Amino acid sequence: MLIPDNLFYTKDHEWAKIEGDSAIIGITDFAQSSLGDITFIDLPKLGAKVKQSEWCATVESVKAASDVYAPLSGEVTKTNTELANHPELVNKFPYESGWFAVIKVADLAEKSKLMTWLNINNSSRD
Amino acid sequence: MFKTPLYDIHLALNAKIAPFGGWLMPIQYTGIIQEHNWTRAFAGIFDICHMGEFMLQADLAKSNFNDLVTINLRDMPLKSCRYGFMLNAQGGIIDDLLVYRIANAEWMIVVNAATTNGDFAYLKKHLTGATRFENISATLGKLDLQGPLAAEVLTDLVGADITTLQYYTFGYFNLLNELIIISRTGYTGELGYELYMPNNKIPELWQKLLNDQRVKPIGLGARDTLRLEMGYSLYGQDIDEGRTPIEAGLKYFISWDKEFIGKEALLKQKQAGAGRRMVYFIADSRRSPRHNYRIFYNGEDVGSVTSGSFSPSLGFGIGMGYVSREILAGEKIILKDAAVSITAKVVNKPFYKNGTVKSKEIKHANTR
Repeated sequence: MLIPDNLFYTKDHEWAKIEGDSAIIGITDFAQSSLGDITFIDLPKLGAKVKQSEWCATVESVKAASDVYAPLSGEVTKTNTELANHPELVNKFPYESGWFAVIKVADLAEKSKLMTWLNINNSSRD
Repeated sequence: MFKTPLYDIHLALNAKIAPFGGWLMPIQYTGIIQEHNWTRAFAGIFDICHMGEFMLQADLAKSNFNDLVTINLRDMPLKSCRYGFMLNAQGGIIDDLLVYRIANAEWMIVVNAATTNGDFAYLKKHLTGATRFENISATLGKLDLQGPLAAEVLTDLVGADITTLQYYTFGYFNLLNELIIISRTGYTGELGYELYMPNNKIPELWQKLLNDQRVKPIGLGARDTLRLEMGYSLYGQDIDEGRTPIEAGLKYFISWDKEFIGKEALLKQKQAGAGRRMVYFIADSRRSPRHNYRIFYNGEDVGSVTSGSFSPSLGFGIGMGYVSREILAGEKIILKDAAVSITAKVVNKPFYKNGTVKSKEIKHANTR
């Protein structure tokens, strides 16, 4: 399972790539693989305020719909509009073109509640 | 939980396994959409060993077998099969099934996995005049080969005679030193066959089919999206003892020219009009309606979704469900749960109209 070492992770397998005061967010390779073929993604609206550990998106696969929680609090400044017609990008490239949104992070200290790749690597082996 | 003879092979193929009807079954191997598209374009094999089979010897002049199913067994030519129902006195569907006429007074009944034991007990209790009635599910396995290339794949295994099989007929074919029933039937909307092989030779047959590059293994996930694109009902989800074939839009499979348990109730319902009926719908987006979503028509809650999924062939959400009033094709409905609201349009089934299921021109091996 692919787990890049420059990202931060939640225990529910969302990731955040922090760049300055912004963060790109998405779901992990493990998450996309567990969901199976992704067919639809309900993304947060531009300008929406998301809160850490609360709903920010819904991912539908052929079999089920699953909620995605925001890894960090902040305001949504960009969403990945490509996913509307190509949700399978999340299956193929969960850390690259399968990103969900960019948020302007409200409080970088929340980072302490996230895991580094070492932690998540160990926890997904449990 | 039961396992089919292929359980270990599914694990080795990295299948995702989940319980279905009391069995641990492969849901997907490489991915539901990929498997779905492969079946529509080439050929797929499905492990269907969980389904039940009964053997029955009954002369219709001496047995009441014909009263226990909605099919008119007297009309069935030898080596044909028919789809129909066992109903309770209220017309509710005890099970949907296939009946094979093997000889004048010899039959095979194929039933759903979860209902096998209940069906057998029901038939045992009500059947009179049969000289043999046996549940052979534990020793007989079944593989479905489905897809436009199914005939040419099977031709290489059992000979060109397979291409003479018409839709809903069967024959005996020599395969792996067994004389087995192969019928031209299926649950995908594509040209296809169901192969009834003793369980101990199922792994060998599976492997032989998979050695053919035109064939890939297909899980129950794609089986579900394939059947839903055709508007086929799934027992336990779209139909059950609380619903009648009339409500389910399946009265086409009722032989009205004979007696059967439940007929009186169905006739009454036909006359008075069913309180609810099945409708089929396409969402206006990729979003899938799901089981139990409410159906709204002109702001009024009129029913609920029984099956819903993303349709890989159409690229939209599709589904079916019961509603309490007539809604014509083309009319708009809204499908809702607490968090989701999907706009959809009522349509006629099947959703997918390019299936090869009734194809008369069967592709031959020289197309390779």
